[in-house]
Amino acid sequence: MDTTTKRASSNKGERVSKTTIKRGGGFWKVFKQQRYLYLMSLPFVIWAFIFSYVPLWGWTMAFQNFKPAKSFFDQKWVGFDQFTALFADQQFYLALRNTLAMSFMGLIFGFVVPVIFAILLNEVKGMFFKRTVQTVSYLPHFVSWVVVAGIVTKSLSTDGGIVNELLVSMHIIDQPIQFMAQGKWFWGIVTASDIWKEMGWNTIIYLAAITGIDQEQYEASRVDGAGRFRQMWHITLPGMRTTITVLLIMSIGHLVSIGFEKQFLLGNNLVQDYSQVLDLYALKYGLEMNRYSYGTAISIFNSVISIILLFTANGIFKKTTKESIM
Amino acid sequence: MAANKAFNATRGDKIFDICNTIVMLMVLVVTLYPFLNVLAISLNQSTDTVRGGIHIFPRAFTLENYATIFQYQGLLTGAWISVLRTVIGTVLGLLSASMLAFTLSRVDFQARKFISTFLALTMYVTAGLVPTFLLMRDLHLIGTFWVYVLPGIVSAFNVFIIRSFIDGLPYALQESAKLDGANDFTIYWKVILPLCKPVLATIALFLAVGQWNSWFDTYLYNASSPEWTTLQYELMKVLQQSTQQSGAVNANDMAKQMASISPESIRMAITIVVTLPILIVYPFLQKYFVSGMTLGAVKA
Repeated sequence: MDTTTKRASSNKGERVSKTTIKRGGGFWKVFKQQRYLYLMSLPFVIWAFIFSYVPLWGWTMAFQNFKPAKSFFDQKWVGFDQFTALFADQQFYLALRNTLAMSFMGLIFGFVVPVIFAILLNEVKGMFFKRTVQTVSYLPHFVSWVVVAGIVTKSLSTDGGIVNELLVSMHIIDQPIQFMAQGKWFWGIVTASDIWKEMGWNTIIYLAAITGIDQEQYEASRVDGAGRFRQMWHITLPGMRTTITVLLIMSIGHLVSIGFEKQFLLGNNLVQDYSQVLDLYALKYGLEMNRYSYGTAISIFNSVISIILLFTANGIFKKTTKESIM
Repeated sequence: MAANKAFNATRGDKIFDICNTIVMLMVLVVTLYPFLNVLAISLNQSTDTVRGGIHIFPRAFTLENYATIFQYQGLLTGAWISVLRTVIGTVLGLLSASMLAFTLSRVDFQARKFISTFLALTMYVTAGLVPTFLLMRDLHLIGTFWVYVLPGIVSAFNVFIIRSFIDGLPYALQESAKLDGANDFTIYWKVILPLCKPVLATIALFLAVGQWNSWFDTYLYNASSPEWTTLQYELMKVLQQSTQQSGAVNANDMAKQMASISPESIRMAITIVVTLPILIVYPFLQKYFVSGMTLGAVKA
């Protein structure tokens, strides 16, 4: 979003000059002139403050032994004890491993697949067919994870699940596999479900980027004898580079906060060791066991990792491709 | 790529086109099959479904599964609450995002920089589960309908999308309205909002889908208030019970009862009921959300 901010303010230079002349006077004079603008924005700013900033105050809990019944000043401060307890818990490392594993898999495949799909979709010649594929591929994006989890569980089940049915009928396997009951399949199932759900949706932005590529480049390369794959590699892909980079950095920023919906809905007790992620860990140990301080410490850890990843990724891209979002 | 047609397609091109078409057909099948399968099972007699082998056509067609689920009180309440939260959440969300976006698009607005930064930060810094839960408790929102709507009213992401759309509109429109004596609110309401229809439709779709699809807030805040249950939460309970997921501390007896008597066909019928509204609405809004999504991307 920061890119749009910059862009917006740069091409509005002329407007600034026009309006600043009118302005003049002190802060309060302008404030009075702009009272409607304040009226339209301040209530929502206060709103955002209450629901997004006030809970940040709750981070102090992580350094206390928080008891809900006591007031803030009566809480016992324990320094980094909650974090020490967190880092000493075996379950935490399991949750961290699973979070990182699933977010990196999601990042890699969730990125590569839509890019490839966009490039291939762009090569489809029949407009009607192209539209149909596009429309259908967006569809799962609009369906809730509850429904998707139900569909995935059904498709992978041993009695009548289509995946097992196909694999058995093609003699790839002899016995149906209990996909949902084995931890080793879990990361793959989450990643695949994610691709199924979001592939088409994530393609929209790439297709838009492809549309922006100058058509003459294709004609020129054609004259030079470039085949379809060469065109895709040397024209389409570089043409998408800026979009890819910006989206990549943004999703790295959200890497650790991948959420827990999929893991919550697709997981079960049998695959616990592979499905537990940091947010679920915070839910289970923090909320359901009323260990509020401990749960908060997990969330803080989560945020710190996200921010480190965001800055690292942004730094790397700034150096190598001269693109950045900050 | 119309330009390519000027040249004769080579053999390599033809092979590529065939392979590409096959890949696209596979995408179609893989995406559509699960939905058709769910639909077919939901329309099949539940005793017959147990035999398995139903793909995209019901074997013993019946509507009784749907008749059965509509006798379940939780589902009826859930449907009503889901519709209500979707409508209210979308309207309030649109209003807040468009008003904020309008004020932020005004370069002469004093507080523009401050508010932009203030909002942008909310996208990256989130407090986490426990502090948010305690806030809802302190605001006495737990066990109420408003816990679905109030926390999400201001979304920075939506504000920025609408703002970049307004930035693309000619500023002269606002200037001339001002000369005619319109105040800032009138400009927003009479000039800007009508022009923003495409982007507003996009954001409305985002908001509506988000509201319609969420279940976790019901699970977290309203699991013990059956009067505020939602469709997705009801479906979640029924589906989770059937996969023998335990650990759902808040699942109430009603769900267990429902799950124990709900064969596959019934579960699939609920799935269809939960999904259908979105499937009906989305083709109509497609042209809007595609242009809305692309808006930021092309120039970025």
